[in-house]
Amino acid sequence: MGIVVRDIYKRFGGFIAVDGVSFDVREGELVALLGPSGSGKSTILRIIAGLEIPDRGEIYLKRENVTALSPRQRKVGFVFQHYALFKHMTVEKNIAFGLEVQKRKRKDIEEKVRELIRLVKLEGYEGHYPSQLSGGQRQRVALARTLATEPSVLLLDEPFGALDAKVRDNLAKWLKELHVKLNITSVFVTHDQNEAIEISDKIVVINRGKVEQIGTAKDVYEHPNSKFVASFIGNVNVVDAVIKNGLIFIKDTDFEIIDRDIDVSVDRDIVLLVRPEDILVEKDSKQEGFPCMIQDVHYRGSFYEFNLCMGDTYIRSVKDKDDFLGKKWEKNQKAFVVFKQYKIFDASEGHWEIREKLRQLGYIE
Amino acid sequence: MSVNKGDLTLRSLSLFYIGMLIILPILAITSEAFKGGLQNLWANIVSTQALYSFRLTLIAAFIIVLINIFTGTATAWVLVRYRFPLKDLMDALIDLPFAIPTVVTGIMLVTLYGPMSAAGGFLERRGIEIMFAKPGIILALLFVTFPFIVRSVQPVLLEMEPDMEEAAKTLGATPFTTFRRVVLPTLAPSILTGAALSFSRALGEFGSIAIVAGNIPMKTQVASVYIYGEIESCNNQGALGLSVVLLFFSFAVLTFMNILQARSRRYER
Repeated sequence: MGIVVRDIYKRFGGFIAVDGVSFDVREGELVALLGPSGSGKSTILRIIAGLEIPDRGEIYLKRENVTALSPRQRKVGFVFQHYALFKHMTVEKNIAFGLEVQKRKRKDIEEKVRELIRLVKLEGYEGHYPSQLSGGQRQRVALARTLATEPSVLLLDEPFGALDAKVRDNLAKWLKELHVKLNITSVFVTHDQNEAIEISDKIVVINRGKVEQIGTAKDVYEHPNSKFVASFIGNVNVVDAVIKNGLIFIKDTDFEIIDRDIDVSVDRDIVLLVRPEDILVEKDSKQEGFPCMIQDVHYRGSFYEFNLCMGDTYIRSVKDKDDFLGKKWEKNQKAFVVFKQYKIFDASEGHWEIREKLRQLGYIE
Repeated sequence: MSVNKGDLTLRSLSLFYIGMLIILPILAITSEAFKGGLQNLWANIVSTQALYSFRLTLIAAFIIVLINIFTGTATAWVLVRYRFPLKDLMDALIDLPFAIPTVVTGIMLVTLYGPMSAAGGFLERRGIEIMFAKPGIILALLFVTFPFIVRSVQPVLLEMEPDMEEAAKTLGATPFTTFRRVVLPTLAPSILTGAALSFSRALGEFGSIAIVAGNIPMKTQVASVYIYGEIESCNNQGALGLSVVLLFFSFAVLTFMNILQARSRRYER
């Protein structure tokens, strides 16, 4: 194992930032810690690096228990969201810092720095100060500086968080390539599910200081094991429903859901998860559509986005441009929605066990 | 392009104000000093007493700046980085030397260390003179200049994100290396600003030293007290000579510090 995180806890005053987190990172794996801001994911990363001391729990790096070691002794590479470059040093000096601290021979340092500058494609910028570089270039310097000391693991705290969309995309792809090339055990923190899905081998979903789910991008996206994971990844609509007297209703409405596969013998609350692309918006109620009100229609380039409200429940749907142009949709217009497929969380079946009920309606599209 | 009238007025007024307040007196004293001829002026400057008092002032100023660089930076560091009881009170105390009239400072020091006091008497019996001797000058200057470096370094330390230091740590640097190679270069411009202000203030300090130093010519008489003495004894030319020198030195220090600061900030573009 590259990294083993065992049952760590950390509180800041009255706030529990990390609440019993455990996970493993295999040798050479690229793992994403994914979660909303304030979920404790950065704190977990900082605990692995030794920048934060856990109240309880253990960290192993390459089978060695490093919990009591300082960041200096752990020899991990850490890349900060805001680069944390030494602003009074040139690019070259920044990259050389870790090597100079280790008192390597000057000739070796020069050679290594040259090699890293080539690796991060910053030839010609050796004498520049960080303030003279763009965000993407700065982050590449930070990465080179970290790689210079040949750390056994690489930890990246929202490495692309401060960059604009296009640069972020390129840099993320580049990092993935670099990871393949160097094969260094890496963990990166992000709140962007696309980033996590795109470049990680494994995703650890964190919420309120706890691990919600661990799995490959496909696992997490297609088989979320909690309401949180489902709603956090892939912008799913969460619709509360109740089972009462053998019938299923959308919460606080009298819209009835007909689903013969749900056991309706016991009254209880359930949750439907519906992806925006699985919601059909219609002008008339041909089938079992639920009446709703169009709150807003937004132009989104290749598609249109609808904000709808059914009773007290707000949902989001998307419509293709072609499909959209045929009809006239307006704000505050009445319409009907049909859920083409959805998933059900049923609390009665244990801990938010998901039952994948894909219901196909007989629609011809 | 039309020039905004209000803008123009404001600009001219502030230029006029600065001219009247600062430049005019400087011109006045300089022209007055040169009136008696260059030779006369030079003779006044290099008179043994004037030269001695000037040298004493300069050395004292250098000593207190060196001490302030350490104590001021350390105090700012402690105030920003540590938590301890009565921290707010201590923080407020830092400004006290600015608020207390310098004459009062002098009297405070004499009361504490003077030969008639317990502490002063104790030291004097062991052959250590503080009041009416050179250590008294240093002590008074340290007191009146203490806030400069603390107050210029403190905001920079407060604003400093911890991540540069953390980066140094993860790269394997010891706390000392981190301080020397990462923290200190960041603080350098503000330390220099505080040092320059301390130095200028030390060159000109009068009130507290007049009380504390004893003002013995060729022994404990500093430049400002010498100038005052010359005026008192109606030797205006003698006073002007050293005044011009002090003026020139203040300018030189200010310029030198500005250059040094620009250099230490060159990475900011």
